[in-house]
Amino acid sequence: MTVQASVGTTAAQAPRRRRPDGGRRRLFSGRKGGQAAAGWLFLSPTLIVLTVFMVVPIAMAVWVSVSDFSGRGSPWDANFVGFDNYAQLLSGEGLPSRQLGQALRNNLYYVLLVVPIQTAVSLGLAVLVNRRIMRGRGFFRTAFYFPSVTSSVAITVVFLFLFSATGAVNRAFSMIGVNAPNWLADPRGLGHIMLGWFGVDQAPEALRASPLLGVSWWDWLAGPSVAMTVLMMMAIFTTSGTFMLLFIAALQGISGEVSEAALVDGCTGWQRLRHVTIPMLRPTIFTVMTLGLIGTWQVFDQIYTGTQGAPGNTTMTPAFLSYQTSFVDSRWGNGAAIAFILFVIIVTMTIIQRNVLKEREVSKRKRFAVLRAKDARAAAKEVAS
Amino acid sequence: MSKRMIRLLALGAASALALSLAACGNGDEQVTDPTPPPVAGGENGNGNGEDPVPPPVDGAELDILIGTSGDAETASVQAAIDAWSAATGHTANLRIATDLGQELAQGFAAAAPPDVFYVSTEAFPGWAENGSLLAFGDQLDATFYPALMASFTWDDTFFCAPKDFSTLALVINTQMWSDAGLEEGAWPTTWDELRAAAQTLTTDDVVGLSFGPEWQRVGTFMAQAGGGLLDSAGNADVDTAANLTALEFVQGLLADGIAAFPSAIGTGWGGEAFGSGAAAMTIEGNWIAGALRNDFPDTPWVAVELPAGPGGARGTLQFTNCWGIAADSDNQEAAISFVNWMVQDEQQMQAARDFGVMPSVTTVADEWAAEFPQFAAFIRGGAYAQGVPPFQGISAVIGEFNAGIDGLVNADLQALLAQTQGDLAAIQP
Repeated sequence: MTVQASVGTTAAQAPRRRRPDGGRRRLFSGRKGGQAAAGWLFLSPTLIVLTVFMVVPIAMAVWVSVSDFSGRGSPWDANFVGFDNYAQLLSGEGLPSRQLGQALRNNLYYVLLVVPIQTAVSLGLAVLVNRRIMRGRGFFRTAFYFPSVTSSVAITVVFLFLFSATGAVNRAFSMIGVNAPNWLADPRGLGHIMLGWFGVDQAPEALRASPLLGVSWWDWLAGPSVAMTVLMMMAIFTTSGTFMLLFIAALQGISGEVSEAALVDGCTGWQRLRHVTIPMLRPTIFTVMTLGLIGTWQVFDQIYTGTQGAPGNTTMTPAFLSYQTSFVDSRWGNGAAIAFILFVIIVTMTIIQRNVLKEREVSKRKRFAVLRAKDARAAAKEVAS
Repeated sequence: MSKRMIRLLALGAASALALSLAACGNGDEQVTDPTPPPVAGGENGNGNGEDPVPPPVDGAELDILIGTSGDAETASVQAAIDAWSAATGHTANLRIATDLGQELAQGFAAAAPPDVFYVSTEAFPGWAENGSLLAFGDQLDATFYPALMASFTWDDTFFCAPKDFSTLALVINTQMWSDAGLEEGAWPTTWDELRAAAQTLTTDDVVGLSFGPEWQRVGTFMAQAGGGLLDSAGNADVDTAANLTALEFVQGLLADGIAAFPSAIGTGWGGEAFGSGAAAMTIEGNWIAGALRNDFPDTPWVAVELPAGPGGARGTLQFTNCWGIAADSDNQEAAISFVNWMVQDEQQMQAARDFGVMPSVTTVADEWAAEFPQFAAFIRGGAYAQGVPPFQGISAVIGEFNAGIDGLVNADLQALLAQTQGDLAAIQP
């Protein structure tokens, strides 16, 4: 009553509805409330498992990275040391910082080469497998997807054998007379090898400074080592299948009418791919590249099973360094700090990539440029006729 | 049966299969059958082994975790446990670790570690420093080699009992030696003789000497030159003239093509290079005997002490592990009794016979050398061998050093030694 009096007698006022339970609000009351309760009940096992096995360990790891936990007893009993662990790793002086620099360099080249190649390869495979006139599509789809299903440990061991000094790959190369390197024992970086072709064999004076994480500019330019190249080939081989499936699903979402319209407009197959198909696949490309970025920055299995950082620390990655620092060197604070530095890098790169791939409105200038061009052609035709 | 029933049954069968597969996965393997030889590779449904011998009323039950080198070692340790149990009335449960470092780290963090376990020289400093290990070195009644004791001494306290050790020696292919016209028994005893022998033995297909590109092999030359990673006081001292001499010698051998790293001649390690006939000599440890017997049984070999350096001193490296006891263990007395049992003379000789290791106690050195004459060179090396410096984080520093040794042929030796000195000094306690 007082509410109506204070608001005034405005004409259009919605009539107040009486709640069926007499005005008392209970959390899961009513028909919709029952569904909400059932929903929470079904979600609760996953929530509990995620909380216990993911949220709590991550919180503990954050604590360990800012504490002096030594490995004995519970981490909650350790003392707070602020950002000492991070400072030691990012200082650029001392072995821990140098190791992190080398690991980041190795992983950076791994990411820069694997993600574009694996996206392109999986897109190419998807386009090939999706053609309507292709025979045996099911077989090829299965064959390309098969490496993704196989255990990464098994594939790593197979690749170790294939690329050993007297393995199948080197024998195949020797049959055609090419002297292949000793793949997994070769620490030379591809960048250095290419610079060696131009006669630059040693670090030039200007590149000997090492301001970034204790690794000299010359070493930053080393590129992936020959051993790392083997691991990159293995990564592309195993993950292309998964992403191929994503692309196939997206391609099947493009209706045939769009392709026909493009054909009618006079596109060649290549133009159709570039100007019609790929722009329509933008969300899937974003997904594939994000998954690729996250997966490649976290590479661990292949290093642990295969090379363990050898030769010459050129297959060391931050994830493996974090494990080694914690479990072998018992420097738990540094190990956890490396993991969170890696996390920041992954999140930053994902955000950058998202902004780069965002759909932008075509600018007014471009829009009107197209229309002006059309008008010009129409006017020219009139004059000619 | 209706379609729905069939589907329900199939779902139930699939879940049961999945659960049982998960349960049969890689848990800790437990040795449940005490009758020798026990097989360590059995699958247990839920990882809970049963103790077949009912524990005595007043005996302690120890939890022992080891990282075994194979069935022979597992069987040997289990037999020793049984003998100790019969003698003392305690019992012990032996577990084989799949990843010893990780499982011990879990145990320490949970304050529920195994009672007795293997400790490697890399992991020892970290665990000694954080208080996970019990220092019971003064309660051991055995005489160990001083170098082994130094490997497990932290803060001037001798912590745990070295269980065995291996040294490096020069392994020579006797067939190639005599084929090259060299006199049998005139093994190289100085660097000049080593260089001359390697030169003579190098042919188009065979390289005279091969060893791994790591401190764990090249360090023998540093020791022979009178250098090493530490000085006599145990402080980091890598950047010395002696070490430079040693590295220059190795660089010379590699540059002249009379020595090569195993990967350069298409093999994985020195033993494979030697056994496959790609190298006439190699620098390897005791384990080469077993490897050659398994993989290259036809290669005739002899192991001799590594040559002396320019100063006339011999030098080699030793690698060892120790029996560690957890500080959080509830059965420390029984654990110490067990470790003392394992390091007594008869048990050390028995282990040597069972799985070919070298005893860590000096009291059986002569007996062992008499029983295994082909390994005499290895045990003689125990008197002057250098070990891994017991600093926390040593494996990373040695890893960096090894990365430099990988490219030794073209490396700036002075810079490499200086860098390693900086790294080692930074982790020195």
